[in-house]
Amino acid sequence: MLDQAWTLSDSVALRPEPFGALAYDFTTRRLSFLKDPGLVDVVRQLREHADVTETLDAVGVPSSDQPRFRAALQRLADQHMIVPRSPQ
Amino acid sequence: MTAVAERPAPNRLVDHFEFGLDAPICLTWELTYACNLACVHCLSSSGRRDPRELTTQECTELIDEFERMQIFYVNIGGGEPTVRPDFWDLLDYAVAHHVGVKFSTNGFRITRDRAEQLAATDYVDVQVSLDGATAEVNDPIRGAGTYDAAIRAMDNLRDAGMKDFKLSVVCTRENISQLDDFKKIADDHGAQLRLTRLRPAGRGADVWEQLHPLPHQQRELYDWLVANGERVLTGDSFFHLSAFGSALPGLNLCGAGRVVCLVDPVGDVYACPFAIHENFLAGSVRDGGFQHVWRHAELFRSLREPQTGGACTSCAAYDSCRGGCMAAKFFTGMPLDGPDPECVKGNAEYVTAGDRPTPSQDHSHKGTVRNAPVPVTIGRRPPTTLCNESPVTAADFASAAGGV
Repeated sequence: MLDQAWTLSDSVALRPEPFGALAYDFTTRRLSFLKDPGLVDVVRQLREHADVTETLDAVGVPSSDQPRFRAALQRLADQHMIVPRSPQ
Repeated sequence: MTAVAERPAPNRLVDHFEFGLDAPICLTWELTYACNLACVHCLSSSGRRDPRELTTQECTELIDEFERMQIFYVNIGGGEPTVRPDFWDLLDYAVAHHVGVKFSTNGFRITRDRAEQLAATDYVDVQVSLDGATAEVNDPIRGAGTYDAAIRAMDNLRDAGMKDFKLSVVCTRENISQLDDFKKIADDHGAQLRLTRLRPAGRGADVWEQLHPLPHQQRELYDWLVANGERVLTGDSFFHLSAFGSALPGLNLCGAGRVVCLVDPVGDVYACPFAIHENFLAGSVRDGGFQHVWRHAELFRSLREPQTGGACTSCAAYDSCRGGCMAAKFFTGMPLDGPDPECVKGNAEYVTAGDRPTPSQDHSHKGTVRNAPVPVTIGRRPPTTLCNESPVTAADFASAAGGV
């Protein structure tokens, strides 16, 4: 998924909270917790960048943290909270 | 560290929850005190409408505020919410404003047409209340004809294609033995079973002693919940049972004023749905709006402070049960920093309960109610065969036949 363009699903809303954000999918009624403010930035900015790696770099995620961010994004993709975006 | 969790592990995130969030996760909105029934254990002592209830316009303004605060869904109850003439309009308004609705109903008004309407609406979920898997167990608690009405409502929802609606059961001494039967009823209707705890709030305080599950039933319930796992919903109701062993699915903390609150029909905001009492009243939405109450009410600020476990702190199970339910302690006259009245370690026996608090509101019906609870002594099962208790017995027959 790393070289693909992604975006937050249209049916998902993010609500900022001190720990990160609540993510709610209005279609599946699933509530998830993004337990890291950095991850919230990444998810919000996915749509601005060509792929995941570029987004992580743009947000300034240190390379030592990138593996767990990628794993977190993979889980969000599995739940369809983030979805592939066609390249512009 | 896990950066994403559907159900958070009880570590960091729970600490955030205890500190309180910018908006509630689980907001219950009792839309009216009016109800066509008179259930013996009603948490909100409902029956008669309150003349001061929020107007339609106030309700839509409140929904606008929920939308601004990104409260993604609300649990609507009552009373019976469907008796409010503007209920269906408010439902549509909420959904159109990105506030999903799950509403509780006794099912009397869930006709075929309404079921089809609900099945066709996104962001709406329905919770049908039933407190016995048979009419014999249900109707003494919820009222004559209420078992049939709930089953009919569920039939209508299933036939309309509504998926995963909820069958909601309050666990009592009378129905703990029916958990498998409830599960079957839910499965047969394509519904999910939701079990919640009987609370001594409202009229529930009057029947608590007769109806709350006995110690061995608490164990039976815990084992059943562990065996059935996340397929059965509990609304985090039973965290006091976690002291039996491993924690049950859920957050396992008292969310009152932290992630949970209640808005009542007149716009008063309470710390939780089980604590409609002036001691847990944080403010009113009529006085500066909901967000102001949620973020600044003195009561909520104090609930978000670290709580003392009092006498419970020395118990090995304290980390699992956290001293149990604040409302259950309050309404049974027990100290808030002591054990839960249903403490599974038996510690409640060592606490002297004070007087039960005087209710601060009562909207119970004063006159007759068509579907009143069936007048039998709670706990008395009907005879299994007519002959066991019929005045016309086999002995009479034998006597007439020239026997004894």
